[in-house]
Amino acid sequence: MEYIFEPWPWYVAGPLIALILFILTYFGKNFGMSSNLRTVCTIGGAGKFSSFFNFDWKSQKWNLIVVLGAIIGGFIASQFLTNDTHIDLNPATVEALEKMNFKHPGSSYIPAELYGFEAVFSFKGFAILIVGGFLVGFGSRYAGGCTSGHAISGLSNLQLPSLIAVIGFFIGGLIMTHLILPLLF
Amino acid sequence: MKSLKFLFVGIFFGIIMYKAQLVSWFRIYEMFRFESFHMYGVIGSAVGLGIILIQLVKRSKMKSIEGNTIEIAPKDKGFARYILGGTIFGLGWALAGTCPGPMYVLAGTGAFSILIVIAGAMLGTFVYGLIMRKLPH
Repeated sequence: MEYIFEPWPWYVAGPLIALILFILTYFGKNFGMSSNLRTVCTIGGAGKFSSFFNFDWKSQKWNLIVVLGAIIGGFIASQFLTNDTHIDLNPATVEALEKMNFKHPGSSYIPAELYGFEAVFSFKGFAILIVGGFLVGFGSRYAGGCTSGHAISGLSNLQLPSLIAVIGFFIGGLIMTHLILPLLF
Repeated sequence: MKSLKFLFVGIFFGIIMYKAQLVSWFRIYEMFRFESFHMYGVIGSAVGLGIILIQLVKRSKMKSIEGNTIEIAPKDKGFARYILGGTIFGLGWALAGTCPGPMYVLAGTGAFSILIVIAGAMLGTFVYGLIMRKLPH
């Protein structure tokens, strides 16, 4: 039972995610976590600006409830199911991060250098968070899905468009990680 | 109540994402440096089992909980939207270290600065809606 409090290995997490895909499919829905951004825009009245947001958002209420659950799940897992938030990173990764002036890489889930108080209240730090989010939001709508929708659901359904999307994810991720982050930090 | 089952799925999802460290900026960075198998193991085993389960659903013409035969919609045909949208998404994924699902999970942990990322994501979605007709799909 104590294993629950440890980090979960890939061979546990992966199959459980496949189970989530199956359960949502069985519920007659789909496993996707980015279309809710569009739903929220629609609820906020974005339909006045673009027909993209003119759709029956009530049909997507179920997905907003999943999002609420995800928030609660994060709360439960962090408050009650985890004792140590240290991440066992590859030492090479730690070294690369230290070269970019990251202090204590892996001591927490997210780095203070991006998400900490000082970062958030600096122009550069705030910009990084907004731009990062913007790229995720814009990119996922343009591609019609994110990691859940394409990498998990799409590939599980053997969809070629999803494979192309995932290749795109990696092109972008590699460019950012290897070329741009070293310039920012 | 019909909605409760979706809440539980979400909670289950949130717990998995957090416990497997899939919401960690460091894990995403490590993944794009190919310095750990962990993230690939998660996605690979999820897809491996997912393929089997989806085939099962399709071939057995399984009925959903509502009694209708489950129909899994194929993705729209295209190329530009997937490679371009995907790349833009990937840039953001590596910069913020999170994609939409983990953003919500992190919000639940009290990492309030993630709200800035979420706001950015909504803005990005909105701008996409505004300019989508001008973009290649």
